[in-house]
Amino acid sequence: MRKLLAQAVVALGLVLGLAAPAAAATTSAPLQHQQWSFSGPFGMYDQGQLQRGFKVYTEVCSQCHAIQYIHFHNLGDPGGPFWSPKYPNTNDNPYVKAIAANWPRQVTEINADTGDPSHRKPTSADVLVAPFPNDAASRASNGGALPPDMSLLAAAREGGPDYIYAIATGFRPTPAGIKNAPPGKYYNIAFPGDLSSYWTGDPNAVPTGGFISMPPPLTDCKVTFDDGKPCKVADEARDVAAFLQWASDPKMDQRKQIGTAVMIYLGIFSLLLYFSYRSIWRDVEH
Amino acid sequence: MSEHSHYEPQTAIERWLDARLPIVRFSKELLDFPTPKNLNYWWTFGGILAFCLGVQIVTGIVLAMHYDPSAAGAFDSVQHIMRDVNYGWLIRYIHSNGASMFFVAVYIHIFRGIYYGSYKAPRELLWLIGAAIYLTMMATAFFGYVLPWGQMSFWGAKVITSIFGAIPVIGPAIMTWLVGSFTVDAPTLNRFFSLHYLLPFVIAGLVALHIWALHVPGNNNPTGVNVKSKSDTVAFHPYYTVKDGFAVSLFVIMFAIFVFFMPEALGHVDNNIPANPLATPAHIVPEWYLLPYYAILRAIPDKLSGVIALAVAIGCLFALPWLDRSRVRSMRYRPQARIYFAFFVVACLILGYCGAHEPDDQIIPGLAAFNIGDSSINSMAWLSRIAGLYYFAWFLLINPFLGLRETPLPVPDSISTPVLSHPAAAPAGAAAAPEKKG
Repeated sequence: MRKLLAQAVVALGLVLGLAAPAAAATTSAPLQHQQWSFSGPFGMYDQGQLQRGFKVYTEVCSQCHAIQYIHFHNLGDPGGPFWSPKYPNTNDNPYVKAIAANWPRQVTEINADTGDPSHRKPTSADVLVAPFPNDAASRASNGGALPPDMSLLAAAREGGPDYIYAIATGFRPTPAGIKNAPPGKYYNIAFPGDLSSYWTGDPNAVPTGGFISMPPPLTDCKVTFDDGKPCKVADEARDVAAFLQWASDPKMDQRKQIGTAVMIYLGIFSLLLYFSYRSIWRDVEH
Repeated sequence: MSEHSHYEPQTAIERWLDARLPIVRFSKELLDFPTPKNLNYWWTFGGILAFCLGVQIVTGIVLAMHYDPSAAGAFDSVQHIMRDVNYGWLIRYIHSNGASMFFVAVYIHIFRGIYYGSYKAPRELLWLIGAAIYLTMMATAFFGYVLPWGQMSFWGAKVITSIFGAIPVIGPAIMTWLVGSFTVDAPTLNRFFSLHYLLPFVIAGLVALHIWALHVPGNNNPTGVNVKSKSDTVAFHPYYTVKDGFAVSLFVIMFAIFVFFMPEALGHVDNNIPANPLATPAHIVPEWYLLPYYAILRAIPDKLSGVIALAVAIGCLFALPWLDRSRVRSMRYRPQARIYFAFFVVACLILGYCGAHEPDDQIIPGLAAFNIGDSSINSMAWLSRIAGLYYFAWFLLINPFLGLRETPLPVPDSISTPVLSHPAAAPAGAAAAPEKKG
């Protein structure tokens, strides 16, 4: 029996060992894991980083990407980029008020008396006003592509902030062997794609990554930081990825803090129950 | 279950009540219910499941207060719950992870019932009601997963409802009736919300029947031997309330780790993208607890045959009391059955693993192999076929015939025999139970 099994294993190994040509498939460069202040069960957001990331979003991303679930007042919520214990009511927070008042775009409303569209400055109760009034306008301005809303971007991509960082830093010159690259598209090693139909070189060495419709958004020190932190592309990318992680999961700090207390409580409660159990069952042979 | 009641109404009010609605007597009987004293920790999952159902109903009712079951508003209202409702994130994460915890517990409960033969006479109806609860749970969980109206909600609903479309002749009509439209759309969400609110109360009713059917023959136990005397049992309260309570507390620790520290670990990132009928996700997968059935469905290239296999896979569970011909209840005394059972658990896990991958995905990445039929031998399609074949063989071949061929170990005379005597003096089978604890 054992001999038969060994023969079967050898035969299987021989059969499986036969190499076959690599099939065309979607590829992307493996994600590099970044150091995040919010990793692990006790990791919290770094408020300075969230402020820097918010600045990158405001000055760069928000030109094309909406963030429909973030209101100005959310920026001053506990755990948020401009949270301050001095302003438990985030509507009193002067930073939040100033950001809303200086936002580059106005809120479109209907004038109640005339029914005509009207415009006003945003207040802290408003959503961060989107760059385009609707998806069609957004596509028309972006070569047919729709820049995704960023509120849940980190939650909606495998790898979350690591993926956002990888995309923002993954732009490379189009490799020499690529022919007929689509116009208005940009080669990015982290963007999942299949370049085999453009590739004229060795079919077993198709470059990883794909073509993305977004032009490289960041350059060194395109955004400068008020706290004097470095502003290379990698720094800007890391900070904006952290900000977008916060935008996806703004209650994380609170969740982990409560979670730690819950764990301690449950640990003690379980011990008490265990000793009650031992005490009640002490006379039962079982 | 009246013979074990020693309830004597003491006060005038209790006597008045006892003659009209004996609710105090009823609850005393529940608490005094004689329970085998050798139940191990695998038996605590019944109580854990009752806890899970309660948690899901309470959190679900609160979520429904803030949820908008319309195709235009569902996704936004879930974000409203997560961001604006006080502790809405906590309630939703308890509810969404609670569904997974519910299934963890129910799978352990089902495997425990199989291992110790809890489906055998006189507990067949108890088992059937349990299988009906499990089926209703799957439907409820599926409806619930559609409600956030994300990409995976929408496309999951499309795949699952199209299963019914495979039925010949009447399939398309059934599908239209089920989704309320010619394709999954706004009416589908409305009716799924309605059903998602209804079915948990159906489950609660079935649970009441399940407990009733449990209280007539009483609990099975790890030896599978019937209760012979009063010395075999203890009162449910306080002995099992405290033991179940301790187990629930440990279970809640695991539950809380998911809710507070990895709340999205069991979900799928695509469900954070609003439903879009024009963009199909690269991989459509159901929630983890449905993956074994999904693997069986996709293992067969022909759609109708796949659907039939899926139905038979669930049907086997209902038929188990009549498929198993062994007279020995507990697998503790069935060494061969134990091995086949272990492989059955492994087959279910493999099916779940295959269900999470595409049928063409390689089992060992990069290893090339030859094709058998339509797909490579090194593909999830063939792995799920092999595991699925064992799944069916276990129910339909091993269970009916093993009982006739095997030689079981000697079974103790009573529950107290292996407990009270020294292991060396006990019958051979009694000592071979290292898992017996508590």
